[in-house]
Amino acid sequence: MISITGLNVNFGAVQALRDVSMRAETGKITAVLGANGAGKTTLLRTISGLKEPSSGSIDFEGTALVGQRPENIARRGIGHVPEGRGVIGEFTVEENLRLGAMTAKVNLHEGLDEQYARFPVLGERRRQHAAKLSGGERQMLAMARALIARPTVLLLDEPSLGLAPLVTAQLMHLIHDLCASSGLTVILVEQNASSALRIADNAVVLHLGNVVANDTATTVAADDKLRQYYLGMVE
Amino acid sequence: MDPFLTSRFVTDLLGGLTNGVEYGLVALSLVLIWRSTGILNFAQGAMPMFATYIGMGLLSYHVGYWPCVAISIAAGFAIGGVTERVLVRPLYGKPEINPIVVMVGYLIVLEGVAAAIWSTTPRSLPIPFSPIEWQLGGKPIALSPFDVYVIVTGVIVMTAITILFQFTKLGLQLRASALAPEVSRLLGVRVGRMLTLGWMISTAVGTVTAVLVASNFFTGLTPQVMDSIFAFGFIAAAIGGLDSPVGALVMGIVLGIVLQFVTDYLNSNSVIIVALVMLIASLMIRPSGIFTRNASRRV
Repeated sequence: MISITGLNVNFGAVQALRDVSMRAETGKITAVLGANGAGKTTLLRTISGLKEPSSGSIDFEGTALVGQRPENIARRGIGHVPEGRGVIGEFTVEENLRLGAMTAKVNLHEGLDEQYARFPVLGERRRQHAAKLSGGERQMLAMARALIARPTVLLLDEPSLGLAPLVTAQLMHLIHDLCASSGLTVILVEQNASSALRIADNAVVLHLGNVVANDTATTVAADDKLRQYYLGMVE
Repeated sequence: MDPFLTSRFVTDLLGGLTNGVEYGLVALSLVLIWRSTGILNFAQGAMPMFATYIGMGLLSYHVGYWPCVAISIAAGFAIGGVTERVLVRPLYGKPEINPIVVMVGYLIVLEGVAAAIWSTTPRSLPIPFSPIEWQLGGKPIALSPFDVYVIVTGVIVMTAITILFQFTKLGLQLRASALAPEVSRLLGVRVGRMLTLGWMISTAVGTVTAVLVASNFFTGLTPQVMDSIFAFGFIAAAIGGLDSPVGALVMGIVLGIVLQFVTDYLNSNSVIIVALVMLIASLMIRPSGIFTRNASRRV
């Protein structure tokens, strides 16, 4: 479980997160919704150590994450698939996956076989440069690269960005199955709120860096007033 | 009869090849640093020079040539690492002019300190292999055992670097850290260590070159021993593309050969002019370098 308490994050004079408190429960999907600039990406980047908060704490299974280096947080089993996916275009598909497996204590060949079984298209294209993949394939590669390290927590930043509705649906299905089958904890940042709420257990709604809702996904989905926040209709 | 191997053409080709390997190695060491840290290291000749003085200084204490070479290379690793940690690390993310000024200053300081400690008098090193050219039918071929030593060393270093970067786990992490530092950190790669290691490897490659250059009977070891080699290596790297290790090597060798022909058919004073004309022409036609795939990779 990841437990966040009183998190404040600033970019110079601009405060991106204000006193954010939330929890991501083990084996569950917690959706983080909000309009552009609500602070969703900042929240994930602060959890993985890329951004230092000005105050507040992040606790992961009894360990304080604030102040730790991103590489050490990753080695603790927190996988982060960044916005724009971050696959290395100059690397082949397999090199991207090998990099993902690098620091984990997993058998490389078993890991590769497992990911190729899960994403057959990656197996077919293992020797191709990642730059040649389509948007959906890149998303699969980014997911596979995070999963090959067998993380206990997965932070997903806008996985549906730029994907066709059918591909988005498949992706959400996959995330849901992963949680159900392996007890993976997921924090899912999405602009595509309806897709995210369909698979999420809990949902947090951010508005201008403040938590305006923190409840079960069904409750959040049913609240018309909240919808205006994550659809960006409230100024 | 004028056999092919002793012809003027082959003589120039072989003579240029030996120089070209040295330019190529310097260019390679520049590219390694540029790719990983986005810094043009103007002290890329001076750091190896310093390491060579440290290692070869032990010759006075009756240490053999080969142990001294090994110690020089070890000193190169150390100087590269310390430089990255102390001098270069604070420069990351600063305006591009900052590292240039700092590294040029570092070059001047290193050459000054070397002159103060070891004097500017050329120090001749023991010759590991004969510099006398082989003969064919009473005529010299432009190739001596020493030239072969230079070429074989160059091939070994280039092969080792290729294997390291392309086929090992460490190489994958080194390349990833250079291409996508943030993503690499999210995957658990210790990017800071990789950058330090990149400087260590690059300075060690440079030191191998400095040892070869200084072991040449006609040069000897001086604080400025690497200045002209650095200039040509730099030009080779710029023409080949600072992003391309292969380009740097190939252009180093091509430059060495072209300049040998220039020396032979024009004169040695024209060498630097021709090199600069080649540089300017290549920058006008293909500014990102001949072997570079995409123009601007680092942001």
